[in-house]
Amino acid sequence: MATPLPAAVPAENGRRRPRRRRSWAGWRFVGPFLAIFALVFLAPVAYSIYLSLFRTRLVGGTTFVGPDNYEQVLRDPQFWSAVVRVTLFLAVQVPVMLLIALLVALAVDSGRLYGRNFFRIAVFLPYAVPAVVATLMWGFMYGTQFGLVGNVNEAFGITLPDPLSPELVLASIGNIVTWEFIGYNMLIFYSALRVVPTSLYESAEIDGAGQLRVITSIKLPALRGALLIATIFSIIGSFQLFNEPSILQSIAPNAITTDFTPNLYAYSLSFSGQRFDYSATVAIVMGLITMVVAYVVQLRGMRERG
Amino acid sequence: MSVPVRIRESRRRVAPPRSTGRSTSARRPRRSVLLTALTGVVVLYSLVPLVWLVVNATKTQQGLFDSFGLWFADDFALWDNVVRTLTYDDGIFLRWLGNTVLYVVLGAGGATALAALGGYGLAKFDFPGKRAVFAVIIGAVAVPGTALAVPTFLMFSGMGLTDTPWAVVVPSLISPFGLYLMWTFASEAIPDELLEAARLDGAGEFRIFFRICLPLLAPGTVTVLLFTAVATWNNYFLPLIMLRDRDWYPLTVGLDAWNSQATTAGGEVVFDLVVTGSLLTILPLIAAFLLLQRFWQSGLTAGGVKG
Repeated sequence: MATPLPAAVPAENGRRRPRRRRSWAGWRFVGPFLAIFALVFLAPVAYSIYLSLFRTRLVGGTTFVGPDNYEQVLRDPQFWSAVVRVTLFLAVQVPVMLLIALLVALAVDSGRLYGRNFFRIAVFLPYAVPAVVATLMWGFMYGTQFGLVGNVNEAFGITLPDPLSPELVLASIGNIVTWEFIGYNMLIFYSALRVVPTSLYESAEIDGAGQLRVITSIKLPALRGALLIATIFSIIGSFQLFNEPSILQSIAPNAITTDFTPNLYAYSLSFSGQRFDYSATVAIVMGLITMVVAYVVQLRGMRERG
Repeated sequence: MSVPVRIRESRRRVAPPRSTGRSTSARRPRRSVLLTALTGVVVLYSLVPLVWLVVNATKTQQGLFDSFGLWFADDFALWDNVVRTLTYDDGIFLRWLGNTVLYVVLGAGGATALAALGGYGLAKFDFPGKRAVFAVIIGAVAVPGTALAVPTFLMFSGMGLTDTPWAVVVPSLISPFGLYLMWTFASEAIPDELLEAARLDGAGEFRIFFRICLPLLAPGTVTVLLFTAVATWNNYFLPLIMLRDRDWYPLTVGLDAWNSQATTAGGEVVFDLVVTGSLLTILPLIAAFLLLQRFWQSGLTAGGVKG
């Protein structure tokens, strides 16, 4: 979830420049990146497609099975329950996180805060915390042993619902992810707001537009592209959910099963089950689902922009 | 969305600016206590876990269980904890720290270099196959990274690279975001005329890049370096699957291993070391972000998100 991806091709220089000669020289600069890219991106994609077409049995060795693995994934209740879980996560966590990030960005940009630099930095800081540390920290705080939940229970003589119970653990993970990425998304929105020309605000003021009107008429339209990018990153991140549940597993082993998310399922299939061919198929199907959803969101976002 | 258009028209109507005094007052709105307090809630949410971490790094294992989470226990054991974290298990924490630094220097340094070269190449050259390069990179980027992990592991295992630093460093060398940022940055920061002039003077392409363009790209490079460094420092999934040998673990995987000891049969419970180790792990990053904020904030605004 941490790696943002390019969502749009940057415009070439707007002004007409002297026409550049077409030559092979550019390859010398792009070549090294492409070589490594082929090794760690293209080759694994090709290899996992190859793997997914075979099946290895203890007896009989490896045989070509064509689409059999895919059919099995599509009928696999463990896979689908994991997909439903991350979809639920996506539907709740992403809007909450983006809304809070948006509100903070608007507040910081409005210039009405005391000490706004402090606010910007403080909210961004969790992004510098590794998912491992974030999860361990929250996991301890959730715990009844020496966590804050236990403290509150003791202090008030009540029993709060256990955040690490099977019913609540998904929401607890949502809270960790929200904590990690509010600041990052806030920064994306804030950067987009900074490039709005001040003349727009000046003319809005001359027109007598209030703060709310400035937000709905100038700021939100200016944020549309950033919102689209942040949404797509978050969709990809949610579908890939792995680190937080994987680390929480040792703190809450009963709440998090080995097929909790599609990625965790693929991981367990490979490294505990040695079923590399099936694991690769799960990863491919999940990758396709992610690409389709991200693509649909992007199309819708582009259409609404018009 | 007709409203912004109307506003722009009205600006044209008042084209000759009347008073500059008014507009400067518009850019300096009154500060609001209410808004500050509301945003303060989010700040509190962001900082409380970090405060918890600092407070609890000062406690003994017993103190962790006995005392209130957000306040100090009776014994102040921070220095003792730090010493024990650094020396536990023959000082394996320092070894993990060294590994992490190695992965960050090679991985993030290499990723930044490749992104700077590639972004410059894409921004400033027309070459055969450029469109295909765009298409492949943008298409492949939509593939979830973790979906590639298992096949990458199998490939690397076939090449004998697993359980070596290369298994962590090589995949870290590719940062599509870094490439994108450098590409946008190079298109804007380097005028074509400058390159033409240098070529007329007979300078070679690489000489032009290193002597003339690299200094111009500095803000973008620092931003990419910072973000790839964080990504590498925080990487968990990749080293988790690539490394079996504890001696090659980075800090993230090591901390997770320490934490899991509590649930493994026969493992020593070392929550105090997990908490203190976590604090030591995030300090360098937080320091880097605070010290370099001038760079990454301007870099993000310049090249960041114009989608």
